[in-house]
Amino acid sequence: MTKSNPLVSIIKTLQGIGHRMVERIWRLGAGARLFFLTIVYSGESFKRFHLTMREIYSTGVMSLLIIIVSAFFVGMVLALQGYNTLQKYGSSEAIGVLVSLSLVRELGPVVTALLFAGRAGTAITAEIGLMKTTEQLSAMEMMAVNPIARVVAPRFWAGVISMPILATLFSMVGILGGYIVAVPLIGVDEGAFWSQMQANVDFQSDIVNGIIKSLVFGVACTMIALFEGFDAPPTAEGVSRATTRTVVISSLTVLGFDFVLTSFMMVI
Amino acid sequence: MTNNIVEIDNLSFGYKGRLLHKGINMVFPRGKVVAIMGGSGSGKTTLLRLIGGQIKPSKGEVRVHGDVVHKQDRDGIFKLRRKMGMLFQQGALFTDLSVYENVAFPMRELTDLPDSMIRDLVLMKLNAVGLRGAHTLMPAELSGGMARRVALARAIALDPAIMMYDEPFAGLDPISMGVICSLIRSLNDALGATSIIVSHDVKETFLIADYVYFVANGVVTAEGTPDDLMKSTLPFVHQFVHGDKDGPVPFHYPAGNYQTELLKQR
Repeated sequence: MTKSNPLVSIIKTLQGIGHRMVERIWRLGAGARLFFLTIVYSGESFKRFHLTMREIYSTGVMSLLIIIVSAFFVGMVLALQGYNTLQKYGSSEAIGVLVSLSLVRELGPVVTALLFAGRAGTAITAEIGLMKTTEQLSAMEMMAVNPIARVVAPRFWAGVISMPILATLFSMVGILGGYIVAVPLIGVDEGAFWSQMQANVDFQSDIVNGIIKSLVFGVACTMIALFEGFDAPPTAEGVSRATTRTVVISSLTVLGFDFVLTSFMMVI
Repeated sequence: MTNNIVEIDNLSFGYKGRLLHKGINMVFPRGKVVAIMGGSGSGKTTLLRLIGGQIKPSKGEVRVHGDVVHKQDRDGIFKLRRKMGMLFQQGALFTDLSVYENVAFPMRELTDLPDSMIRDLVLMKLNAVGLRGAHTLMPAELSGGMARRVALARAIALDPAIMMYDEPFAGLDPISMGVICSLIRSLNDALGATSIIVSHDVKETFLIADYVYFVANGVVTAEGTPDDLMKSTLPFVHQFVHGDKDGPVPFHYPAGNYQTELLKQR
């Protein structure tokens, strides 16, 4: 066995780090390019909106069950935990405000985006990755049909349209779950529950900001899923890795963006 | 005016520092079935992608109807591709669309034909490949041979002037192979098209091709009519045509000394 030169191994490590950084920057650029082209070719897909409608069904409507069930449980847990703390200060009637503000401002958009990435994002990546593997995208190109206009843009807009609707539904169902736990089960006054919520939830700073967040998450999650599918190596392993990356990158992006957006919204 | 629909002129192509093609010249005359043959990895499919403008050559050019493919902008490339039809190795059918919708796809995307006319055309194309009765099936319900025939019907949907076939016989049973073989020839003659077949199946390709190019080591090593090539004494052509195990194309991938490797201490 020859003894390895420490200088050589340091150089190799640095090369490895540099290579990975260059690759990540390249992927970021390629993702931005795909986003730009998707916007440019969106006009073509708007002309045939039925394609987007079909994707809204598969990404949005098909995600309804997981969104509604999760929202219901999240709302119920929020009410339980909130009541536990609020009653110590004698303000258990504020439970409605706590549940609604938590859902509308944060949990609605964030949890919906995380569930969306897991349910619809992975489906988008796997579908496009397999279309690439089975040469369906190449076939489209050879038929003089632009795959970005035909495949990517309708899915992108379907995700962007679906996300705020799903997040709004999440908040509504979550509030219902919170109500069921707080009012019939714990016995909080129903009038106080709703009136305090009505008095303290602001349309502009709470509801609209929540919708803005979910719109941004919709753009990010859908674009990440589309890019990962489009960029996946055309092998079974490549598609599998791309699907995993979609969930990991989308989740981290959503949580990071949430902090940034919340900071901006508090300043403004 | 030249009678050649596609011309490949002194074409070189490579990636990752490796030159796959080194100055290839080929011509594809109108109405002819021309085959490109060679071993796996010899860059046959890449030639089809160069003709279709999916990749750009490092040197030289491909001309389709006199237009240099890699000098076209996106619209120009799409305009050229509308004259082309391509049958992919695995068919590349859209798995979320039925057989009918697959064949109708290029008509819906590239023309303003009314639905009634599209219906008639789709049924005519499917009838030509013997699958009119299968128009309601989904791609997952088709056998390999049927999928290839549906893909063929889709490729000829807009009556292309140039048909490209990427390994059309690969993985087919003898009956399907025979069907595809006769379809390629009859469709070419019926459409008055120019067909380019990329294949390594000697028997089937020689049966329908008018002219054959052999590609190896990045260059055209031999060319001629199937009859000429059957009689060829060139070592590579002889090995390929007769399926000899060893010859200019070695059986073994380059490796070190066998005995030394076996006796090497771990």
